[in-house]
Amino acid sequence: MAITLTVNGEIKRVNADGDTPLLWVLRDELRLTGTKYGCGVAQCGACTVQINGNAVRSCIMPVKTLEGKKITTIEGLDDSVAEAVKAAWVDINVPQCGYCQSGQVVSATTLLQKIENPSEKDIDLGMTGNICRCATYPRIKSAIQQAATELNQKRQEEQQRDVAFGTYDPQSDTSSLESLS
Amino acid sequence: MIFNQNEKSLSLNRRQFLQASGAAGLLISFSAPGIGAEKKDKIPGLTQSGPVMGNAALAPNAFVRVGEDNLVTVIVKHIEIGQGAYTAMASLVAEELDANWAQMRAEAAPANTELYANLSMQAQAVGGSSGLSNSYEQLRKAGAGVRLLMVAAAAEAWDVPASKVTVARGLIREVGGDRTATFGEMANRAALLVDSKKAELADPPLKDPDDFVIIGKEKLTRIDSEAKTNGTAEFTLDKYMPDMLTVVVAHPPKIGAKLQSYSAREAKRVPGVVAVHAVSSGVAVYGTNTYAALTGRRKLDIKWNDNDAETQSTEQIYQNHLDKANRADGISVTKTGDVNRAFEQSETMTEHVFRFPYLAHAPMEPLDAVIIRNTPADVRMGKPTVQVWMGSQLQTFDQQMIAETLDTEPAQVELNTMLGGGTFGRRAQPGSVFAVEAAEVAKAMPVGTPIKLMWTREDDIQGGYYRPLAVHVVKASQDKAGEITGWQHTLAIRSFIRGSMFDMMIQNDIDPTTVEGIKETPYDIKNYDLSLQYIENPVTGLWWRSVGHTHTNHVLEVMLDTMFEKANLDPIQARLDLIKDSPRDAAVLKEVNRIAEASGEVPEGRARGVALAKSFGTYVAQIAEVSKGADGLPKVHKVWCAVDCGLAVNPDVVHAQMEGGIGFGLGAVLYDEITFDDQGNVEQSNFDTYRSIRINEMPEIEVAIVNSGNSPTGVGEPSVPPIGPAVTNAWRRLTGQMVTTLPFTKGVPEAQSVSDIEETA
Repeated sequence: MAITLTVNGEIKRVNADGDTPLLWVLRDELRLTGTKYGCGVAQCGACTVQINGNAVRSCIMPVKTLEGKKITTIEGLDDSVAEAVKAAWVDINVPQCGYCQSGQVVSATTLLQKIENPSEKDIDLGMTGNICRCATYPRIKSAIQQAATELNQKRQEEQQRDVAFGTYDPQSDTSSLESLS
Repeated sequence: MIFNQNEKSLSLNRRQFLQASGAAGLLISFSAPGIGAEKKDKIPGLTQSGPVMGNAALAPNAFVRVGEDNLVTVIVKHIEIGQGAYTAMASLVAEELDANWAQMRAEAAPANTELYANLSMQAQAVGGSSGLSNSYEQLRKAGAGVRLLMVAAAAEAWDVPASKVTVARGLIREVGGDRTATFGEMANRAALLVDSKKAELADPPLKDPDDFVIIGKEKLTRIDSEAKTNGTAEFTLDKYMPDMLTVVVAHPPKIGAKLQSYSAREAKRVPGVVAVHAVSSGVAVYGTNTYAALTGRRKLDIKWNDNDAETQSTEQIYQNHLDKANRADGISVTKTGDVNRAFEQSETMTEHVFRFPYLAHAPMEPLDAVIIRNTPADVRMGKPTVQVWMGSQLQTFDQQMIAETLDTEPAQVELNTMLGGGTFGRRAQPGSVFAVEAAEVAKAMPVGTPIKLMWTREDDIQGGYYRPLAVHVVKASQDKAGEITGWQHTLAIRSFIRGSMFDMMIQNDIDPTTVEGIKETPYDIKNYDLSLQYIENPVTGLWWRSVGHTHTNHVLEVMLDTMFEKANLDPIQARLDLIKDSPRDAAVLKEVNRIAEASGEVPEGRARGVALAKSFGTYVAQIAEVSKGADGLPKVHKVWCAVDCGLAVNPDVVHAQMEGGIGFGLGAVLYDEITFDDQGNVEQSNFDTYRSIRINEMPEIEVAIVNSGNSPTGVGEPSVPPIGPAVTNAWRRLTGQMVTTLPFTKGVPEAQSVSDIEETA
């Protein structure tokens, strides 16, 4: 069937069986190969993408259910949070074999978009769905903390600037948001 | 892994070697002076994979290319599987070349035994954590040779003696003058000097290690970090070709079963399924996309022939091992003194049976390959008969077996080594079983059909080639002072080396991979009697990160610790007292004790356990601090790790490998086993039933590198062996419970195998 998807801000028309998991449409049809196959049963997180801003395992999402939803893959993840996460990942040399890392980066970015200052427990909760067989977990944790620190510094600088220019709006300050959902 | 540096005898037989090295044909020319600029990379740090076709301005040897764009590309003969091969090889070249790290690139070497043999194996292959140690001089020389050419070129261009030219951080400078040049600017001129400098290039002078500025020094950004972070790194699964078919093979549910008959009627009705063919490993379904192939496979109706299959349950298999281990007619491996006499005179006896399960490797990227048999027309136009892209760990062997399967010569098989999404030994198969499956799958279709063969996670978990099940029966004696006076030890295990193409490793009927770690120990144990019993069964085995050490070292370190505890001896001091003539073992033990003590007292409700292991030339000691978790299993809070791997070429990579190996080993020790039901069917199928350690279960890790001044040895595997015994010893000291059956989910009867954290994201 013909399906229209919104991927990384672009409208994509694909011909696929509606039951095809999003993962295989992204890879086989759209050649967005950063999203990986690891288990096919939502156990490992290598296929994690964002759908409407939430981290989702694309290997179990039938593509027919996704029309009109905003899909973001590792290739399209480019807001300031994602950039900070990726910079920390490289700085700390997180990847070993690297195969799971797209999924890890998508999950970490989602976590920091929802919780600006995650506790260790928040990180565990947000990242426990992503397996890394190389066990790069200590560095994943450090990289998330480093990205959070850098983003906070940036926000503070911006806030000071906004206050100075009289444009600071306390309503849009989400730093106290505590829940993941 | 297996490829012990001491095993000089390991080599292909002569026929295989000659075929594999392809005396003529695949020798790709690297010397192509002045052809022009380096191709622009798509991916930071990594250049496009594939054979090097001499498009560099300067390529004086098989390992380095310099482009007019001032990029220095290192050709890496070992597969990059997370162990840091690309970064390590590039560091060796950059050091001697005095390059700037930012200009370094790396790419996989094409399969070519003549140019790219592992110097410890006479084949292009990597294992036994041997990648760095065997390349240390070779790659430094390659870099030094390029530096020599750069200096000569600049001297010529500036009309000054070579002594007036120096190189630092990627810049060539005139000593006492103000002229400078980049490598890119000098590359074409340098290329013209290659022939006249041949003699010097063969053995260029190397730096004094005291002058190193990159090796052992800088915290380098790994050459593959960026591409592996932003999703652009290309693995085999990411390779697509026009009109490529995706193939999955239905494998038998029992290890060793064979195809009897099948019906593909329903499978062929699935839209996108274009063909179904029997291959020797099962039934291959060809789809125009992955979903079609997977759906088609589910619709196959297959009858398997179980005549040669394993049909016993795990408990029966275990009993077979135990029965054998209890017999007195094993192959004698090591025998000193008179153990029976020692036992007669002993004060205390300690006897245990240790049981180790089958383990799957479960690399994140399951096995896969892209393969095309080119059409005669394409071959006439210069393409090789066969092209393959796969994460090959044993290139020479895989190339050889693909050639044999497709009735051609190895030189006609272009094998492109892709980044491997993990391996832990899985991509290194004696007999190249997976590569042969890929070749058979390609052979069943017309030439010119590009094919991607992929294994699913279920294929991976249920596909055999496990770390073998092992049973150790050990009996040891102590005198009144607690001194160990005798040690009798029998191991029952199936050898995956015997009868394989690695059979030449076996000496005196002893497969070294089964007894490494206990054949000889650093300890001065008197009256030591070790024997080996082979098991014959259809369950295929394979080296699993640190191989025999995964069980031998565990038994040794847990037995010793138990006996020291009985005699009220300090576990560190008692080990030090027992270590004879091995200062490097003693040094890592002292260092790990120092850093653990520096962390303060052991908190209430926790205990620490220690273990020591030398594997593949590298010495590692670990201390684990555990409490009892809510699931009844050990909760490992912190692990201290001291490592002596000789010169640590990339200290950050050493740290990373210690951390990763600890996590990998810990997950297996706590949760993992492959089991068979009473029909012989594998009971696990995916990460839901074959657990992997997750982030919330990972301990904090502190690593100290002990600098012993020795040559570099590998770090990919040696951090795995000590974690199991360290945790087991800590658990026993905490709870009084002696765990001798792994994993802990089985060894601790009241444990729950479920994680206490639910998935949320």
